[in-house]
Amino acid sequence: MRKANEEAVRRLMSADPVLVDCRPAHEVLPGLSRNTFLHAGPPIAFEDMCPPMQGAVYCAMMNEGFAETPEEAREKALAGVVTFEPCHGYGAVGPMTGLTTWSMPMWVVEDRNTHRRSFANLSEGVGVGLRFGDYSPETLKRLTWLAEVFAPVMSKILREMGGIDLAPMMAQGLAMGDELHMRNHAGTALFVKNYGWRIAAAAPEHAEEILKFIGVGHDQFFLNIAMAANKLAADMADGVPGSSLVTAIARNGVEVGIRISGLPGRWFTGPAPEVKGLYFPGFTAADANRDIGDSAIMETGGFGGCAMATAPAIVKFLGADGVHVARETTDAMYRITLAEHPRYQIPALDFRGVPCGIDCAKVVETGITPVLNTAIASNRAGQKMVGAGMSVLPMEPFAKALLALAEELGI
Amino acid sequence: MEKKLFDEPMTVINLGLPGFFDSVKGQGAPCIHVDWKLPAGGDVRLLEILDRLHEMEEAEQNA
Repeated sequence: MRKANEEAVRRLMSADPVLVDCRPAHEVLPGLSRNTFLHAGPPIAFEDMCPPMQGAVYCAMMNEGFAETPEEAREKALAGVVTFEPCHGYGAVGPMTGLTTWSMPMWVVEDRNTHRRSFANLSEGVGVGLRFGDYSPETLKRLTWLAEVFAPVMSKILREMGGIDLAPMMAQGLAMGDELHMRNHAGTALFVKNYGWRIAAAAPEHAEEILKFIGVGHDQFFLNIAMAANKLAADMADGVPGSSLVTAIARNGVEVGIRISGLPGRWFTGPAPEVKGLYFPGFTAADANRDIGDSAIMETGGFGGCAMATAPAIVKFLGADGVHVARETTDAMYRITLAEHPRYQIPALDFRGVPCGIDCAKVVETGITPVLNTAIASNRAGQKMVGAGMSVLPMEPFAKALLALAEELGI
Repeated sequence: MEKKLFDEPMTVINLGLPGFFDSVKGQGAPCIHVDWKLPAGGDVRLLEILDRLHEMEEAEQNA
C-alpha cells in the first residue's frame, strides 16, 4: 500500500491545471443526455433528496423547459421524467446542490501534460442560488444570463489567450489569505486584476455587467474554478490498485460519500454531518440542512479545512472561537495526509506545503476525520444560503472503504 | 519509596478520560492531558487490517 499511495499522491500533485474554456454541459460532458440531471454527492433518488436539492431540481426543470412551475416540476420528477446521477461520474463537480444540466455552462480545466479534463458549473453570484435550492425568477434569469452572455465571453477570452494557468493563481490565493473553499477573496480579485482588461477588450458591450458580476460582493466566484482544478488532480490520482488515498468527498445533503483511488467509481457513505457555524441574521441551526455539496473536493486536494492555517480571517465567518482553530485544524490534517504539496504553500508555516492526499487508513487509525469549511443551505426548498461553518466528517465511510480495500487485497 | 513519592510535588500525565484531568487540575496539581483514543475506535477487524497493512509496508521496505 505504501508504494500505491506514493504513486497516487504523486499523480495528485502532478496535476497542472489550465482553465481552457467555458462551454455548455452537453458539449463537454461525455454521454450527458437532455434528461440526465447531475447533482452533488453520492447517488440519491429524487424522493430521498433533501428539500434544497429538490428545490434545485425544480429550478433546473424550469430552466431546461421541462416544467413551468415548481409544482409541475415536482410531479414530473416523481414520474421519472428525468434521471439523476452524481456530477462526479461525469468528471464534474458542483458546490452545494451541484445541480447541473444540459444547457448550463461549465468551466473546462485541462491538465497541461496529459490533457485530461475536469469540469465545474459556474458560481451564480449573490442574491440568487440554484445551488441553494432557490427557484425564484431572479435565479432563473441569472442562469439564462450566464448561459447567453457570460459564458460566451469567457469562452472567447480563454480561447484567445490559450487558457489561464491555475496553479500560480491558487498558490497566490493561499499567500493572500484564501483557503480557497470558503474564502476566495484573493483568487476572485486576481481574476479581475489580471483578466478584466481582456473582458473589456473582447466584449465592451457587456464588460460593465460582467465585471460587476465578478467583482462586486461575489467573493466566491473563483471557488468553482478551483474546484474543477482539484477534481482534475483527484481524478488523475484515481485508479491506483491498492491505494487508500481519498479521491472524492461529496455530500448530497443526506449522506456524505467518499471514493478511494484503489477502488475507483465506488462510493462509501455515512450520514451527512451537521454544520457548526455562524448563521445570517434571522436564521438559526433549526433552519440548517445537513452538509451538502461537491466542494469538499477542495479538502481532497489540500485546501479548505486542510489549508485553514493560511486564512485566519475566515475563522469568525465560520463561527470558530479563535484563530487557534485554524492552526489546529491544519495541524490535525497533516496527521491524516500522505504529503505536503510543493506548489501550494502556507507562508505562515514557513512555506510548508498544504497537507494533501487524505489517507483513508490514517483516518481510521487516528480517529481524525477530515474537517470541511462550508456554506450552510436552508432545510427548506426555495431558499438561499443561511450561514457558514465547519463540518467534521463521520468515520463510517472511511471504515467502510478500508474494509472494502482489505477485501480487495485479500487481507 | 512510597512516602517519598507523595512528599514531593507531582506532575500528572492523564491518558484517556478527561474527567480525571479536570479533577487533578482542580486540586491545583500540574497536569497534562494526552488526547489518546483507541486506534480505529477499538474495532477488532479494522485493527487487524491496520496491523496487516503495517506488516506489508515493513515487508515492502525490507524487500
